[in-house]
Amino acid sequence: MPLTDAPRIMTARLGDPDSYTIERYLETGGYQALRKALTMTPAEVTAEVDAASLLGRGGAGFPAGRKWSMLKKDPVTYLVVNGDESEPATFKDHLLIERIPHQVLEGVIISAYALQVTRAFVYVRGEFALGLERMEQALNDAYHHGAVGADIFSSGFSLDIVVHPGAGAYICGDETALLESLEGKRGFPRIKPPYYPAVIGLYHQPTVVNNVETMANIPWIVANGGAAFAALGAGRSCGTRMFALSGHVNRPGPYEVEMVKVSFRDLIYAEELGGGIRGGRELKAFIPGGVSSPWFGPEHLDLPLGQDEVGNAGSMLGSGAITVMDDSTCMVRAAWRITKFFSRESCGQCTPCREGSGWLERVLRRIEHGDGREDDLDLLLDVSDNISPGLRWPPQQTTICVLGPSIPSSIHSGIAMFKDEFLLHVKEGRCPVG
Amino acid sequence: MSYFNATMTARARQLVSLYPEPRSALVPLCHLAQEQDGWLTPEAMEEIAELVGVTPAEVRGTATFYDMLHTEPVGRYVVAVCTNIACLLDGAIELLAHAQERLGIPVGATTPDGLFTLEEAECLADCDHPPCVQVNHRFVRTTTAEAFDRLVEELAAGGHAENIPTHGTLVRVRRSGGLRVDPGQIARERAAQEGSG
Ligand SMILES: Cc1cc2nc3c(=O)[nH]c(=O)nc-3n(C[C@H](O)[C@H](O)[C@H](O)COP(=O)(O)O)c2cc1C
Ligand code: SF4
Ligand code: FES
Repeated sequence: MPLTDAPRIMTARLGDPDSYTIERYLETGGYQALRKALTMTPAEVTAEVDAASLLGRGGAGFPAGRKWSMLKKDPVTYLVVNGDESEPATFKDHLLIERIPHQVLEGVIISAYALQVTRAFVYVRGEFALGLERMEQALNDAYHHGAVGADIFSSGFSLDIVVHPGAGAYICGDETALLESLEGKRGFPRIKPPYYPAVIGLYHQPTVVNNVETMANIPWIVANGGAAFAALGAGRSCGTRMFALSGHVNRPGPYEVEMVKVSFRDLIYAEELGGGIRGGRELKAFIPGGVSSPWFGPEHLDLPLGQDEVGNAGSMLGSGAITVMDDSTCMVRAAWRITKFFSRESCGQCTPCREGSGWLERVLRRIEHGDGREDDLDLLLDVSDNISPGLRWPPQQTTICVLGPSIPSSIHSGIAMFKDEFLLHVKEGRCPVG
Repeated sequence: MSYFNATMTARARQLVSLYPEPRSALVPLCHLAQEQDGWLTPEAMEEIAELVGVTPAEVRGTATFYDMLHTEPVGRYVVAVCTNIACLLDGAIELLAHAQERLGIPVGATTPDGLFTLEEAECLADCDHPPCVQVNHRFVRTTTAEAFDRLVEELAAGGHAENIPTHGTLVRVRRSGGLRVDPGQIARERAAQEGSG
């Protein structure tokens, strides 16, 4: 592991091009953690995950152990794995699904045992055709190996898993929309309360929804103990985490680093990580946690990669996606494209999100095309404020899901950081950058 | 009269049997129909409705929510160019413009020979290989205009069949069996639902 000597929980197997096969997985200790878990009681397994202080890796960062203990006992409960990864610039679950599907599955099986769930669904984004094939094959092989199905490894515990393909809709990443989608409906996020699927989930039954990377951490935690995981990182952010680094760096890619011990500067500039800005250019800004997060500038480079550290600085680690923009980047164009994404993907249930996203997109487009009007910046902020009153962080929510309040992130942080550049677009009808 | 052919009918029944409620199989069945015909025909939607116990209008209403489900015919190859943030920073808009010129169609259209449909995609989660292109949801990692032209020529000549099946075929790995745990479980779960609902 670059920069710290933390173990490689997520990436240890990735050097091998055949890492997705059951043969390689078994050769590298695969399904041993499951065997160990089955000798423990479900409560003991849950206690280890709780002790690990594993924050969910899907974006919201809710502690997995706590989520599990919320599951109220009912005759039917489900575990659903969120592999819908579509937050722009995020590409780590895609990698895990394609390259180490067995590690994900082993996490699912152990978690199902801890939760005493006999049915789990792995929802994989539809656009991941290869990922779906690898996951389906891994599942077949896991059944054949006795790691899934009736009486797993003669333990008396039984579990069925279904791999479910999505069909192209960003909003289905929201866990309540994902459940609607899994029920064969449009992916409309559900009205809260209830706030958690653990209360009312799939088919109205208590359901735990966890992210793919969250699941892939479980085997290591069981094998090495929750305390060993909690010893990595600092504060509430424990363990290692996958970061998807993209944009104007020499070495874009997925990197596993120890949480908090590594900073944005390390990730972007260290030779064994991002390798610095391409072509000797300067950093202009970076997006710290997917396009739903407000932008950061060079003054934020020394912030550690920790959930609370980044949250307190006014943005979020979100989906673990960091996009680097150099000094040749047109910030209006960047904000416009991100806003266009939200306007395409808004499910349309809430007026501020549906109408606001389209309006913002049109205003940004005309500024970018040199047709901006003098009061357009005020208009952008005003419409943004209607979607997320006060434009505070964390954002105020007037909508059913947090897609709505995510829309203003790039706009208001972009204007705050690059007001002159936005104004020049309007005044001179052209881009001052390129 | 049945829409799905014999093999597909068996697979359709297996899909329905995997879920506690048949409606959950709706989207997977739509993928299956697209595998058979390349797109979701009205006949397909009628049969899917019957299989999962909803009306054809509900199938259409659900399917149209999802970008990958096509209720109109599309080309043999659906070419998707991502222009979202990471790809934008690396020439995606220019590549998309080139793709329109090379194929002679605007985004959303299909070439007259029925070979190619062009789409502007949102982030495809392959952002470290920008600009990202998929053909029939297979990553092709074709990032330059020249490579794009080569790919189009090769596809038109019937190349890449191994890695890029025709549009609609999503997953070529078959689940090797149904549920193994307890065949009576679904019946009990459904009874419990009815009791609680
Ligand atoms: C608009 C929206 C999109 C989301 N997309 C994803 C996603 O692609 N993958 C994911 O795991 N979580 C996503 N989430 C978060 C999920 O709702 C949920 O918090 C997460 O799957 C829980 O898993 P975790 O606790 O293991 O992180 C999204 C949330 C929202 C509001
Ligand atoms: S906030 Fe937007 S995406 Fe979320 S439910 Fe409302 S309209 Fe749909
Ligand atoms: S932004 Fe293009 S693949 Fe992610």
